[in-house]
Amino acid sequence: MSAFLSDLFANFWVSLAGKLLLVALMIPLVGMVIGYAEMKLSAKMQARVGPYFAGGRWGWAQLIADGVKFFQKEDLIPEEADRPVFKIAPVLVLISTVALLVVIPFGPGIIFRDLSVGVFYALAISSLSTVGILMAGWSSGNKYSLMGGLRAAGQLIAYELPLVLAVIGSVMLAGTMSMSGIVEAQIEAGYPYLIIQFVGFGIFMVAALAELSRIPFDMPIAESELVMGYLTEYSGFRFLFFFLAEFANMFTLSAIAVTLFLGGYWLPGIPEDVLAYAGPVIVLAKTFLLVFAMIWFRWTFPRFREDQLQSLAWKWLIPLALANIIITGAFKVYL
Amino acid sequence: MTFPNFDLKPPVRILARGGVLSTLTGMSPYFESYLTVGAFAVLGAILVMVMLGIAAVLRPTNPTTTKMLTYECGVDPVGSGWSQSYVRYYVFGLLFVIFDVEAVFIFPWAIVLDELGTFGLVEMSIFIGILILGLVYAIRKGVLRWE
Repeated sequence: MSAFLSDLFANFWVSLAGKLLLVALMIPLVGMVIGYAEMKLSAKMQARVGPYFAGGRWGWAQLIADGVKFFQKEDLIPEEADRPVFKIAPVLVLISTVALLVVIPFGPGIIFRDLSVGVFYALAISSLSTVGILMAGWSSGNKYSLMGGLRAAGQLIAYELPLVLAVIGSVMLAGTMSMSGIVEAQIEAGYPYLIIQFVGFGIFMVAALAELSRIPFDMPIAESELVMGYLTEYSGFRFLFFFLAEFANMFTLSAIAVTLFLGGYWLPGIPEDVLAYAGPVIVLAKTFLLVFAMIWFRWTFPRFREDQLQSLAWKWLIPLALANIIITGAFKVYL
Repeated sequence: MTFPNFDLKPPVRILARGGVLSTLTGMSPYFESYLTVGAFAVLGAILVMVMLGIAAVLRPTNPTTTKMLTYECGVDPVGSGWSQSYVRYYVFGLLFVIFDVEAVFIFPWAIVLDELGTFGLVEMSIFIGILILGLVYAIRKGVLRWE
């Protein structure tokens, strides 16, 4: 049976179909799990109960009920909107979300496709969603959306740079851009790169939060002033896609951080042959730990002001990331 | 039990001129990578279409003039949605292009740093130094000042 499976998955087309099916199931599932976790944790942190009735116990079916509800919502596109652009925007955002998953290693050899330029690819693809968000903001024909879209563009490009520069430290240490190559280099080195790259990790997480437009960086969708910014005019399933993409991107960006800084599927002291099975569990555990931190931040920090947000990126994070590159380079060359 | 191998190293045939072809599909692994990425991107688009398609069957369609208005805190929108606004972000756009190109240069350097040694490190320090000078200039020029 297992030999048959191996043979079957050795066929490129069969394995590709299997991977696509897996991802098609994974994205809504991850979205639901994180959405539910967000609801429950938010409730916990604010001394509320949170979802309670759906599904009978602990409101576990809340997100499924929400999904069914969204299916039945009227799909409104405002008269003033630029219809084609309005419709393409969520597609672009979701494409970037799905394509990001390609390079994340879940175990030794368990990866959708190990690209030789993995890190670079991940960062390039993740910036595709910026275009989608700008399109959404522009095409809505709404003043709030326009403001939100512009803010989003300004913020996402400002934090794209620290994100890109922060990962260079890990690439340098590993000497490869392949995601599984970086994990293997960490196994070989015997320590996760967090120990040397703690600055890089910090910058990466801050920039990832900003890329996701999550509190404290939620200026583009600020509910209290921009009534959800670029999301204002979206309704029904189109609206849901943006949320699905946000939750799935929380997962993928955390998984990238896990791969680059926290040793990926590796835990010290676990033998190689066990890793093949425990790998995905370890990756998921580490990833959800970071996702938990992101949700935690949401209820801990107040929102940045727009100029503070820009100066944090340009005056602090980018020079810090550049200094980190030089110091890591010196470490690599002289030690 | 062997673990189902997700074709990390697919069976390949080495060609005489040095290329590599997968024995199963007749394509190079390089092309297969592109194909995988392309298939994932298409899947993203298909997911949207399928879900919207299902929703199209279930949802009501009853547009009215009021519903099709853009939202502006409950009152009728004043003027066009594409009202003139001060795009102060274009300067960031310019800065971004410069630094993003820089990042593109740093990545290959980061990989071969071991072979370049001190020489490479000094070179990159100079390069980054010049860029930081540019950033300082932009900041002193007041790009980040919000009045």
